[in-house]
Amino acid sequence: MDLAFISQHYPLYVKAAVLTVVIGGIGIVLSAVVGLICALSRYYKIPVLRTITVIYTELSRNTPLIVQLFFLYFGLPKAGIVLSSEACGIIGLTFLGGSYMSESILSGFQSIKKGQIESAESLGLSKAQIMRYVVFPRAAAAAMPAVSANIIFLLKETSVFSAVALADLMYVAKDLIGMYSSTTESLFMLVVAYLIIILPISLLCSVLERRLRRGGA
Amino acid sequence: MAEKIIEVKNLHKQFGENVILKDLSISVEKGEVVVLIGPSGCGKSTLLRCLNGLEPIQGGSVMLHGEPVLYGKKSLTKIRQRIGMVFQSYDLFPHMTVAQNIALAPLKVQKRDKKEVEEETLKLLERVGLSGKADAYPNELSGGQKQRAAIVRSLIIHPDIILLDEITAALDPEMVHEVLKVVLDLAKSGTTMMIVTHEMAFAKAVADRILFLDGGEIVEEGKPDEFFDAPKTERAKQFLKTFTYSD
Ligand SMILES: Nc1ncnc2c1ncn2[C@@H]1O[C@H](COP(=O)(O)OP(=O)(O)OP(=O)(O)O)[C@@H](O)[C@H]1O
Ligand SMILES: [Mg+2]
Repeated sequence: MDLAFISQHYPLYVKAAVLTVVIGGIGIVLSAVVGLICALSRYYKIPVLRTITVIYTELSRNTPLIVQLFFLYFGLPKAGIVLSSEACGIIGLTFLGGSYMSESILSGFQSIKKGQIESAESLGLSKAQIMRYVVFPRAAAAAMPAVSANIIFLLKETSVFSAVALADLMYVAKDLIGMYSSTTESLFMLVVAYLIIILPISLLCSVLERRLRRGGA
Repeated sequence: MAEKIIEVKNLHKQFGENVILKDLSISVEKGEVVVLIGPSGCGKSTLLRCLNGLEPIQGGSVMLHGEPVLYGKKSLTKIRQRIGMVFQSYDLFPHMTVAQNIALAPLKVQKRDKKEVEEETLKLLERVGLSGKADAYPNELSGGQKQRAAIVRSLIIHPDIILLDEITAALDPEMVHEVLKVVLDLAKSGTTMMIVTHEMAFAKAVADRILFLDGGEIVEEGKPDEFFDAPKTERAKQFLKTFTYSD
């Protein structure tokens, strides 16, 4: 392996990693927000919103991210809507992640037994209070493993961002391989960069899981 | 005239085609302890659940202190602060300590003062023999301790009446007594209660009045001594027989 090559080109990876983390991070946070809204509308069976959610979920889960990105980047301009590569990346990731998050959060809500809710109702708590004090804290703990898996999944999915001309990690690696045929070094740095991003997040998620499960819920 | 806490008139309840309660009328007066007994599946739990609006009803009315209990209506959260309910399965919130379980409704629903709620929590825990358990989580308690904590959780909202649905049915036999003792103590201090139980000796000791429910109606009603020693109806006699053998 050519160490000189690595030390010369690694700053490109750092830049790309930052982009991956920023766009991935924003996309994941928005996914969680969309997922929470969808999960709530399905849990409370809110008319209309719930139907929209179901259709959205099917669309989102049954199309690959790359197709969603192509639609945003190449399709929408035909309708006069031109988005930046960054915007496409964030919207695409949110569109994909929202449905995954929604499923995980919903199954968290549904894991709370009817008796718990009835005993809260009997105490005079309102619907919103029951969600806030009784359902949500334990649903969050129950959903956390699935949510962490989604986070890792979405971070990995950012590797198709290069399709919409985002200079992400994959893009840099392909570029270097094409330019210098430095396959070994380029792929090595690619793998290391993903590990550096994903491992700490993975660890953080398991710490959070343990934290949330405190009190033997 | 004694003050009526609960007044049920011509209550009709069915699940689909399955009629559970037919044209049922009962009332509970202030300070009274009414024990509801009857064969399994006759609708005792359903009746209690209709009283605090956990079940929709198909006819008749349920009144608490003259105010209608209306299923699914906003007014229910107000009404429910005046009805305590304790379930067979305790249903303490597992992510909260005993004290947090107890303080939830007084703080968040009744918006009472934190200090005052804390003091009353400790006082009530002591009363049911749970001093020192305020900071324990439910999974650190025995069944009997959980059920006593659940009783305190319903007491602290100062309800006009407490509904108890087979609160000892899920307990190991050696824990039944400690829970029944608490209920007997409440009865002595004048707490209005409606109790569903299969413990006949307890029913006899605690009740001011027995209601025997069967086939969707109150078949017999009377003072515990009369009911247990000289039941008037054939159905009540049959029902009591199943218990005297197991005693
Ligand atoms: N949610 C429900 N949907 C349909 N049927 C129900 C429902 N809840 C109860 N039932 C039926 O209503 C009847 C009365 O049930 P309920 O639980 O009130 O009886 P119970 O007197 O409390 O019995 P037990 O002594 O076994 O607790 C039963 O036949 C039961 O199957
Ligand atoms: Mg029952």
